[in-house]
Amino acid sequence: MRNRQTTLRRALRALLLSSSSCLPAVALAAGIDGQNFNQIEHGRYLTIVGDCAACHTLPGSGHDFAGGRALETPFGDLVAPNITPDRVTGIGAWTDDEFINSLTKGTGRGGERLFPAMPYTYYAKISRDDALAIRAYLNTVPPVHNEVNPDRLPFPFSIRANLAVWDYLFFKPGEFQPDTHKSAEWNRGALLTEGLGHCGLCHTPKNIFGGDDTARAMQGYALQGWFAPDLTNDPRRGLGSWSLEDIATYLKSGHNKTTAATGLMAEQIDRSTSKLSDADLKAIATYLKDRPGDPANAAQNQQPAPSPAPDQTVMKAGQQVYADECAGCHKADGKGIAGLFPTLAGAPTVQQRDPASLLHVVLRGAISVATPTAPTGAAMPAFSWLLTNAQTAAVVTYIRNSWGNNAPAVSADDVGKTRGNLAERSD
Amino acid sequence: MAKRLPPKDVAIIGLGWTASILANELTDAGLDVVAVERGPWRNTATDFSISYMQDELRYRIQHELFLRPAQMSVTFRNNASQTALPVRNWGAFMLGNGVGGAGVHWNAETWRFLPSDFVTKSHLTQRYGANFLPADMTVQDWGVSYDDLEPHYDEFEYLCGTSGQAGNLKGAIQDGGNPFEGARSRPYPTPPMKQGYGHALFAEAAKQLGYKPFPQPSGNLSQAYTNPLGVSLGQCTFCGFCEWFGCANYSKASPQTTILPVLLRKSNFEARTECEVTRINVDSTGKRATGITYVDTSGEEFEQPADLVLLCAFQVFNVQLLLISGIGAPYDPQTGNGQIGRNFTHQTVSAALGFFDKDKYNFNPFVSAGSIGMCIDEFNGDNFDHGPLGFVGGGYIGQVQTNGRPIQITALPPDTLAWGSKWKQALKDNYLSTINCGAACHGSFYAYRDTYLDLDPTYKDRFGRPLMRMTIDLHDNEIKMSAFLTDKYAEILQKMGAKQVVKQPRKGPYDVTAYQTSHLCGGAIMGDNPRNSAVNRYLQSWDVPNLFVIGASAFPQNPGYNPTGTVGALAFWTAAAIRSQYLKSPGPLVHA
Amino acid sequence: MYRTNRRRLLGSSAVLLLLSARAARATIIKGGLPWTPGAADPPTAVTPGGWKYFTPQEAATVEAFVDRLIPADDLSPGGKDSGCAVYIDRQLAGPPGRLEGFYMSGPFQSGTKQQGLQSPVTPAQHYRKALAALDAACRAKFGNRPFVDLTDAQKDEAIRGLEDGSLKLEGVDSQVFFKLILTDTQTGFLADPIYGGNRDMVSWKMIGFPGAHYDYRDWIDRHNERIPLPPVGINNHPNWSQ
Repeated sequence: MRNRQTTLRRALRALLLSSSSCLPAVALAAGIDGQNFNQIEHGRYLTIVGDCAACHTLPGSGHDFAGGRALETPFGDLVAPNITPDRVTGIGAWTDDEFINSLTKGTGRGGERLFPAMPYTYYAKISRDDALAIRAYLNTVPPVHNEVNPDRLPFPFSIRANLAVWDYLFFKPGEFQPDTHKSAEWNRGALLTEGLGHCGLCHTPKNIFGGDDTARAMQGYALQGWFAPDLTNDPRRGLGSWSLEDIATYLKSGHNKTTAATGLMAEQIDRSTSKLSDADLKAIATYLKDRPGDPANAAQNQQPAPSPAPDQTVMKAGQQVYADECAGCHKADGKGIAGLFPTLAGAPTVQQRDPASLLHVVLRGAISVATPTAPTGAAMPAFSWLLTNAQTAAVVTYIRNSWGNNAPAVSADDVGKTRGNLAERSD
Repeated sequence: MAKRLPPKDVAIIGLGWTASILANELTDAGLDVVAVERGPWRNTATDFSISYMQDELRYRIQHELFLRPAQMSVTFRNNASQTALPVRNWGAFMLGNGVGGAGVHWNAETWRFLPSDFVTKSHLTQRYGANFLPADMTVQDWGVSYDDLEPHYDEFEYLCGTSGQAGNLKGAIQDGGNPFEGARSRPYPTPPMKQGYGHALFAEAAKQLGYKPFPQPSGNLSQAYTNPLGVSLGQCTFCGFCEWFGCANYSKASPQTTILPVLLRKSNFEARTECEVTRINVDSTGKRATGITYVDTSGEEFEQPADLVLLCAFQVFNVQLLLISGIGAPYDPQTGNGQIGRNFTHQTVSAALGFFDKDKYNFNPFVSAGSIGMCIDEFNGDNFDHGPLGFVGGGYIGQVQTNGRPIQITALPPDTLAWGSKWKQALKDNYLSTINCGAACHGSFYAYRDTYLDLDPTYKDRFGRPLMRMTIDLHDNEIKMSAFLTDKYAEILQKMGAKQVVKQPRKGPYDVTAYQTSHLCGGAIMGDNPRNSAVNRYLQSWDVPNLFVIGASAFPQNPGYNPTGTVGALAFWTAAAIRSQYLKSPGPLVHA
Repeated sequence: MYRTNRRRLLGSSAVLLLLSARAARATIIKGGLPWTPGAADPPTAVTPGGWKYFTPQEAATVEAFVDRLIPADDLSPGGKDSGCAVYIDRQLAGPPGRLEGFYMSGPFQSGTKQQGLQSPVTPAQHYRKALAALDAACRAKFGNRPFVDLTDAQKDEAIRGLEDGSLKLEGVDSQVFFKLILTDTQTGFLADPIYGGNRDMVSWKMIGFPGAHYDYRDWIDRHNERIPLPPVGINNHPNWSQ
């Protein structure tokens, strides 16, 4: 049973502070100037874009980048290592090339392969200069003595040598090559999205080996009790109904006129995208709205086949549940209140092929992210105590098929399975 | 032995409206602030969930959101010839608990006092002569004027998104608003609430009688709103579960829905909940607060040193902590000396039941809100000539019925049998067609020599600290006033078409079992010199200049309006004084 | 009911729950709004069947009593079928029956009417004593028959005797007891059915109260119109059935 709380507590106990390593490590390699403020600042910004802290900082520890946070993968838990400049337990003794290779080639210090939970398949796109800037910044972070053993996967996934095959199949190394037919802004957005931003790590479906199913890039992926939604321009399930402004505002504040970020994306926005420049956010939006290989870009612009009409008795029951429990905030017409209660009518979030996120918020409630530009942090109550599986299925099916929405119905069994999965999670 | 913690710039006692406002202002000024709250954190989605908030038994009858008297209560007697006995279960007032304080479970009625309310003594003396006031009435002027507070009333209203209709914009009287109100600099931030049938009918009848009704200013919002801090509130849905309840859909102004999301994100603010402050510590001179001592749930004691202490608990507990901490001189009703505990006041509310023909009138009382309603102000303050009437004071009158919750609201014609089939029939026949508005006449409660707070000699809390003793009764002045207001209200009910009106004027003796709003005021009143008040015009303690005592405890007497608007305005006023004056030069802000 | 077991875990990374001996064993909130996924604090639903406080004899007496206070007629089922006795039983078995949360420190002394409840006797104790005394009084007055065995007319007579004080109860003030059981019965009749009384929302249907609805925005302007919403309770939604 995966228990993140226990893992975190164990990691916390394992955290030791050694006063002798409080001196900043001295960077000696060429290409890094310890006094180059611009490089260090640039590196700091890039670590925010890449959201390194998401994995490498244990929440609540007060020790940035000291590792110890357990990450869930389909194959078991991995623990992110210590990337502070501590020379013994961190990366202080690594050469710059070794560091750059970890980002761009997926290899560790001794050349051993890294598990692709470290998104080197995405980070590979960054330039050497950018990688050095990240290194320069990380060199200024307080070194923390924290021994982390990252090898936690069960056999046979623990065998790093197997990753050679994985890399061969699923890793295409190489720096980002700009598309000369596109604007500089588009290319910047492409680099951010497909590079450090590593959006596909969560939003692209995976094959059975855990590699990206590139044919269905950005079409959504279920992980950790949520479904990271479709980011194609599908008009119903993707970003097709969002403008550039909607995307940029969402990434900056966690809210836009229709929706609010919660769960895993809330953390992402809080730590990373809310701190990006407006220009970069616009670039990401520009790219997402014009992504190559996006099925919604097909000339015919085919609509996906509509989901079959749901059972009318289920819809009727769902409408009653909705009227009594949901309309008080989301309103009878599903329009919600902009910036406070997400719109359900026409919302991509409720029309994903996988209803996991919708079920998650209905059963466990959800708190929306609070950012400087949208500080309210409104939350939704948990309904799992009240609604049976059938009632949950009815209201969720109703939401997914009302006000012009259309998405597959959800069955009571689906809800039961989800409830069971969520019960094992503490988040 | 208390564990001494690292010092903070500011220690705040409580985390309700005043604490939240002051903490936000002072953290903006760069200070390191900690707020210590006796009760728990309260969260809309968990504690006021739309899936179980609509529970009259749990929240209204059994007071679940409130302080447990077992943890802390008060004692009560009408006069000094009686022995004060504990209030073992809340009745006449409800004492709050938890983050957000009373701001969570209030109705959100957001009024301003009249300009004349701030100079009650001098105004009444000037108009009627000193002998017009009862000899034992101890009303006085506040030391601060309506004009001083106007910008801060505005601040509080715009923080909350208060829904209303301005009656006086910069001196120009506006149609549809309160023509008696003090001039306001700009309109309310959101339009007035929509009204139900009973409320609208009252307004019609009032107009026919020559009054000028206006919508009650409401902290239940008529539409979604984002306040100057960037915090958003929703639109009230007229659920009818307002006072005593938390709001499930972010549409009632409270610290949670207006300030705390911003305040809690600040790195220089920390809230410690479920910690009870047992005393304010002062140094050996008695003139300087060194911090506070509090106890956590395990009973462990902590000393929190601070340069500035803000006492932001509920009114009665502000006074209790001052007395227990030995700050200021306790009031002695015999000699009239001592400022702490005197001029304790409540609210003189009354009503009349209006029974209407069930075949013609359907009021749907359950479609309602906390601050819905139409009011008239002709008989508030000194808006009318008291000369021939033989009393002073007044109150607004309104059809402000907030709910149709059946356990509480059930009102039957007086000769109805109390049980049996006839009782049921009466219940069915009257539920939809009765107006039962408990605080329809919201009268003032002026101050008297013999109405005060002090430490009880017998009853204690679990730490052995004495409970606050209330010595309080209704005086002839308030009884006369209440009868007068009730008569006026009854007239309007008749005009509305009631087939039977049953007047329920407030009569003595003061009954601690009968709910009459939680608007307890005074006990640490503000004034222009230390011989007539506990705090100066900036709510700074005359005795301990680095202590401010903020809340309705500062009211020298209680006018005929709900107090929270003024409590909020005073909090902003005090915050401004601390930021612009005190921080630059700590010490007494007023020399008198 | 005072809940002593609130779930107050705080799991967000923005909140620190400091467990070290150094800091207060309190909840410290810093950095953002606390949040616990899945947390909810609904009332505990009364499950029918059996008695948790009353003995079978007491339960029968109370059922008979509430059935006279609220008789069955064409307006609604009687107090018994509405669940009023179940409501009272569950309340007495729980914190309200013990006056949990009340200030119960002594000394206890009687005061004025305006000073309110000043007795250490809990409602649970009160009922137990009063019901026994009621049976004794009925036996004395009605030919050795306890309350349950009286005719309806006799029951009403006994109740009126409590109401006006003419029927004395040993060790219990009749009028005080009458007030208590009347209030409890009517409260149970009108409260949310989750507490055991007002079964199937019979009282709300009778009076026209829609119960636990929360959004009346569509109705605020519709003055003097009957609102046709059938009542719902907190966990009682007949309209949800498929």
